[in-house]
Amino acid sequence: MSPLILSLIVMGSLGLVFGLGLALASRKFAVESDPHIDEIEAVLPKVNCGACGAAGCRAFAEAVAAGKMPVNGCVPGGAAVTAQIASIMGVDADETKEREVAQVMCQGDYEHAKLRSLYDGLQDCRAAMGAAGGPKGCVYGCLRLGSCVKACPFNAIGLNEHGIPVVDESRCTGCNKCVEACPRNIIELRPVSMGVHVRCRSISKGADVRKVCTIGCIGCMKCQKTCKYDAIHVENNLARIDYSKCTNCGECAEVCPVGSIVKQGKTVIVRESIAVDKVETKTQKA
Amino acid sequence: MPKLLLLFISSAVVNNFVLAKFLGNCPFLGVSKEVNTSLGMGVATTFVMVMSGVATWLINHYLLIPLELQYMQTIVFILAIATLVQFVEMVMKKYTPALHRALGIYLPLITTNCAVLGLAVMAVRESYSFIETVVFALGGGIGFSLALALMAGLREDMKEDLIPEAFRGPAIALITAGIMAMAFMGFSGILPS
Repeated sequence: MSPLILSLIVMGSLGLVFGLGLALASRKFAVESDPHIDEIEAVLPKVNCGACGAAGCRAFAEAVAAGKMPVNGCVPGGAAVTAQIASIMGVDADETKEREVAQVMCQGDYEHAKLRSLYDGLQDCRAAMGAAGGPKGCVYGCLRLGSCVKACPFNAIGLNEHGIPVVDESRCTGCNKCVEACPRNIIELRPVSMGVHVRCRSISKGADVRKVCTIGCIGCMKCQKTCKYDAIHVENNLARIDYSKCTNCGECAEVCPVGSIVKQGKTVIVRESIAVDKVETKTQKA
Repeated sequence: MPKLLLLFISSAVVNNFVLAKFLGNCPFLGVSKEVNTSLGMGVATTFVMVMSGVATWLINHYLLIPLELQYMQTIVFILAIATLVQFVEMVMKKYTPALHRALGIYLPLITTNCAVLGLAVMAVRESYSFIETVVFALGGGIGFSLALALMAGLREDMKEDLIPEAFRGPAIALITAGIMAMAFMGFSGILPS
């Protein structure tokens, strides 16, 4: 037999034997993992966003199966996924926390906010931020270059015609990506039921705010005085809403002279214990 | 017996795979940043070296030599080592999950570690017996672990040092390796020539 043929046969049969050996070994030594892991992983959104705190969906599934993480840990999955995971694990899904959605806390579009310079560089908020703090007059406001839009894995943010990001709350999963992407920290996660927001992050004095933006909070205290529920306070020249007390009544939005507070028309919440107390004290004072 | 002991010391220290034969330099530089991981890599490599030494000796003596196919040593050994590493990984995963977790990422890397192949080829070249091959492999693996752990210890200490910018990173690592190799040359006096 010629060496060529012999070497071919030896090599081929060795490869075959090794291959078959490995195939058999992989059957024989297959590690039985918890079937729950695969089932949970199958119902997860598999975006590997990391919002749950685990390193990806597989890690989260393993942690849930091992009982190290709660069944409602998946943020993008929301209530639907939580219910599925809960049924896989055979536990109640009652303790679901409310879904949070991103809210953009700036309305300083081209119409309302002044520019102090022209920025012609890389179309990215962080890059613009690096160029002497960005082109915008207000150093707290949205840079309108859409880094949050690019960061969103769910196409839930878009820029409106004036360049301000708008969140589609039905699509937003509260994964926190846009919050991390925004160099000005103007995006925040808020409970989805809350419909009144102070859409401004400027802590400049009222007069300074007026110079650069006509829609920014000037810290006039009107909202604080109007609120019946003690849910809105002005600190550092900026109104902040205490979402544990807010009832979506929207009276603050009505009195706001600049239009910083926006009411989205969501269902008004009845907060029995807190609301009654505060309303009473307010009326007594009056 | 003294001959085997000599062979062990020879392959572990005097003819150290990394520092005297310059084999397996990739993991030597790549996995020598922390002592713990370098020890993990060392143990895994030692294990695979002994296993592959045994396997290649058997293949060589019962397949290649009878068929006069010694010229196919290299490629057959590569195949055998790669298969063996895969197999070892499966067995480990099944029976010693803790060890598998500790070594997990290093095992596939060893497939392409030239120290393992070098060991198989050298054992054939020196026509070692079966026992000699095992001792040679064990010594080689322990020598490899030793070199890796020493290097990692040095590099951990160097992390805090003020190294001139041009020498930072791989440059100083290679210089360190060179000086270590010179130091290891000092062991060559141990062996009777």
